[in-house]
Amino acid sequence: MRKRVGIVGYRMGNVMSLRHAFEAIGADVFIGENPAQLQEATHLVLPGVGAFPMAMDNLESLGFRSALDHLVNNEKRPLLGICLGMQLLATDGEEHRLCKGLGYIPGHVKRLDVGELRVPHMGWNDTYAVKPNSLLRSDEKKACFYFVHSFYLIPDDSEDISMRCEYGGSFAAGVQRGLIYGVQFHPEKSHDAGLGVLKQFMEVEQGVEAKVNPVPVFTERADRP
Amino acid sequence: MLKRRLIPCLFLQNGLIVRSQEFKQFKQLGNPVSQLERLNDWNADELVYVDITREGAYDLKRDDLKHASRSDVVSILRDIATKCFMPLSFGGRVKTLADVDALIANGADKVVINSGVIENPSLITDVAEKYGAQAMVVAVDYRQEEDDWLVFSHSGTQRTAWNLKSWLTEAQKRGAGEIFLNAIHRDGLASGFDLESINRACEWVQLPVIACGGAGVVEDFIDVFEKTPVSAVAAGNFFNFTENAYIRVKKALRQAGINVR
Repeated sequence: MRKRVGIVGYRMGNVMSLRHAFEAIGADVFIGENPAQLQEATHLVLPGVGAFPMAMDNLESLGFRSALDHLVNNEKRPLLGICLGMQLLATDGEEHRLCKGLGYIPGHVKRLDVGELRVPHMGWNDTYAVKPNSLLRSDEKKACFYFVHSFYLIPDDSEDISMRCEYGGSFAAGVQRGLIYGVQFHPEKSHDAGLGVLKQFMEVEQGVEAKVNPVPVFTERADRP
Repeated sequence: MLKRRLIPCLFLQNGLIVRSQEFKQFKQLGNPVSQLERLNDWNADELVYVDITREGAYDLKRDDLKHASRSDVVSILRDIATKCFMPLSFGGRVKTLADVDALIANGADKVVINSGVIENPSLITDVAEKYGAQAMVVAVDYRQEEDDWLVFSHSGTQRTAWNLKSWLTEAQKRGAGEIFLNAIHRDGLASGFDLESINRACEWVQLPVIACGGAGVVEDFIDVFEKTPVSAVAAGNFFNFTENAYIRVKKALRQAGINVR
């Protein structure tokens, strides 16, 4: 089956650069302006720039919420949340007001508490893979990505964390649970490292969990069975 | 740890990339879209484009150039955004929130505003509220005069009522996300960065500061990163004139132990 990337077009920020980035890696990509169009996607991408509550409102009111629930939970289509799109995967978020998220990755979204460092965390930062299915290439365990965010996702189960980054403490730069992926950074703004993440995501097969990066890339957990 | 950034700054005049000297003399360097491949090869941390076309300017030497308009810049931006996968900042002739909307909608991640926010400081707050503080970069052109640094607008041609300290404080108070410092008295002279004013500016604001103006040799970059706490250093002519200059400076910074990408 031919792979097609469907970007959820729920009016939260500009998705043009993301579309260009998928085109640059040779992917067939479209922006799903309504939930029905997303049916054609083998790979779903939830982008997002803006505030958590407004994003959830848009997902609900435009009908994307139930479409995503079905495509992700029942049909097991791979999903990649980017930046705010990753945060929306959580149970809830506390930006402006406590607001329920999509609940695909049990956890909470909180404001960065980084002491004297500046918020937003903006710029390039080293990011480390902490488990095999991290979307980093199998031959690298560290890459530098471009971040812009004031909030971050804390998964209830630390096993869901796929990448870590340091900024006034360690936080989840990436999450993965089954076929659901999230990255806090902007792959579409991170040169080849970012395009590599999008390529890896395209290798994820519908309904087939944990087949990417068959070679473990991080040694921290080598002592575990 | 967050990397310190090295930013090529590209000046657009009537739709072409130019070099500038003391904000007065300009030399054409080429078409911004045909330069894209070169810029991608640099693997730059970020690109800053500044449209320095004077209002109503018309280049009589070239009859294939139309009267420069806002839509020209937006179409250039759109072309760049299709091929450049890095943060893009765009500035120059930005006066209203509608100008900002057009730039952001066509691929800019941040806007860089100088005269527009001098004339209307509340624009800083409007942009920060609509797109987040990180999207609002206040560009500050200043010149050393006697024992103060005075702020200028309109490509360095008009003196404002602000000195550097008062304007930086005001910009931060109104919600700026970043400060782009441009020392007019060093522009295009290749005499090194003005370390004293850069250090003072970093004390006066808690925002990320980008220093620009004066790069002449590779050591100037090491100097400004070592001797000031700037988040980023930008240069125009230096990167545009010397072959592989960006890549060479990056390498030198890494070798000097500066935390760059």
